[in-house]
Amino acid sequence: MVLLTPKKLDAPAPVATRAKKKRNLVPFAFLSPTIILLVILMLIPIVMVIGYSLMDNVIMKKNPVFAGFNNYVEVLGSEIFRTAVLNTTFFTTVSVGAHLVLGLLFSVLLNSRLLNGATKALFRVIYVLPWLFTVAIIAILWRLLLNPNGVVNYVLVTLGITDTGVEWLSSPGTALFAVTFINIWAGYPFFMVSLLAGLQGIPRDLYEAARVDGANGLQQFVNITLPQLRPIIVSMAVLDLIWTSQQFALIWMTTGGGPVNVTEMLSTMTYKMAFSNYQFSLASASAVIILVMSMVLAYFYVRHQKARD
Amino acid sequence: MSKTKKQREALERTGVLLALIGGAVFAGFPVLWMLASSFKSNTEIFESPPRFITEGFSFAAYASILSDPTKMRFFVNSYVVALAVTGLTLVVALFAAYAFSRFDFPFKKTINIVIVGVQAVPPITLLVPYFGLMVFLRMFNTYQGLVLTYMVFTLPYAIIMLTGYFNTLPRELDEAVRVDGGGPMTALWRILVPVSVPGIVSVGIYTFMIAWNEYLFALTLTKTQDMRTVPIGIQLLMGQHSYQWNEMMAISILGCIPILILYIFFQRYFMSGMTAGAVK
Repeated sequence: MVLLTPKKLDAPAPVATRAKKKRNLVPFAFLSPTIILLVILMLIPIVMVIGYSLMDNVIMKKNPVFAGFNNYVEVLGSEIFRTAVLNTTFFTTVSVGAHLVLGLLFSVLLNSRLLNGATKALFRVIYVLPWLFTVAIIAILWRLLLNPNGVVNYVLVTLGITDTGVEWLSSPGTALFAVTFINIWAGYPFFMVSLLAGLQGIPRDLYEAARVDGANGLQQFVNITLPQLRPIIVSMAVLDLIWTSQQFALIWMTTGGGPVNVTEMLSTMTYKMAFSNYQFSLASASAVIILVMSMVLAYFYVRHQKARD
Repeated sequence: MSKTKKQREALERTGVLLALIGGAVFAGFPVLWMLASSFKSNTEIFESPPRFITEGFSFAAYASILSDPTKMRFFVNSYVVALAVTGLTLVVALFAAYAFSRFDFPFKKTINIVIVGVQAVPPITLLVPYFGLMVFLRMFNTYQGLVLTYMVFTLPYAIIMLTGYFNTLPRELDEAVRVDGGGPMTALWRILVPVSVPGIVSVGIYTFMIAWNEYLFALTLTKTQDMRTVPIGIQLLMGQHSYQWNEMMAISILGCIPILILYIFFQRYFMSGMTAGAVK
């Protein structure tokens, strides 16, 4: 999902000359499929999940009882919730940071004046590859690569970095790093592509002027490239924070949150509460907490976009 | 003087090239390994030392998937769902975008904010209520259930993108039709849609990708083998007691082909659609 703000959605409409009253219904007719869909599949479910979160034994029992904020207290006070928050924070911040650094590095390299167009086009296709795979495929591919007998361990043992094959995804000490690494691999192209478009939009003469003033490559990067890319970087970083903190499929298919909760995220924790333990009330409280967190991030994103306009 | 400058440039070029090759190994090796593994026999997957091409090189893994009706059904399901989501999202979003771009009406700002905010609602939040809602609507384990669910995630983006696109088109275009007695439907379908093809293609590709890749709801809102989509099918292969790695790699390669084809043919639209959120 891309989070967009309506830059021009509320642009003034043309001055209606005639049949103004009749026209008032026309836009709603055009909007009605959207409104019906969003009410049934967005508004009602959100009301439902908030309702569930305030009840006990929903879905599993016929007559749930009102429980106030008990479910929230139980979720927020649980050990597993704290673990999941810490893991999600680590997973998200490290992923976003690495996406940004790799995206910047690769886009600057791919934009180099020193290489010809064909070379750059070839590398661009290779660099974009991780983006073309669905998460299910990425998960399974890395399970193959990171298998104790897999090719990554073979290379590490051959180079003398490790003595024996490491169970990257099933050792408590490495699993969180391994899933974070996989997510970094999977997600950097999105940054790279956006930054590349941004780099190509920076006027050449800014660099010419800097060279005349005797600025070296690094100075040009710090004083021209970074400030010019800043709006894109901030937007992408917030978007990536929202997506990565909601990541479910990758974790679910590589570690399932294990071993012993070391890769448990807020999303996997909520899923397990609902569909493994059938604690739908707790899962709903947790789902509402995640919703609130995402809305806070979204608020900052929208405010940033508004500030740019 | 000019010679040393040339030498320095050659040195820099080598440096950039080496860095690019290093990055390409990071990005491309896993994909190459997937491709190589899909041609191996399952006993050769973890052989030591590892090789790209083995004695067992064959298309057997592909043949076994393509000849298995259960696995082909995953692909049929994914295509049906993704194409339906793409088509319906575009139609509904074109209507909404037309309303936003060409009319003023009460609550316009509020509806805007809702559409923007909806994009940040985490899928996991909707999962618990959807389960019950889909059973209630008799859409559990059906195409309709998946299609409508995915539209919730594709519509807001599509509406905002297409509204932006329509706003770049001069109002005189459709106003002229209206003056000639044509209704708003004529203005939208005869005038705006034909000139908006590039924007529609971008949004369409994006929508298709979201639907093709979706995992969480496909996992939860379908139940029987014959309703599973490709991402879930891949996981089901993994769940069997002995891992058929070569087949899993082959189904992965087959699973990324639609996206690869879209990418190759519509690279330009791909970039513009994807980056529109971040680049003005």
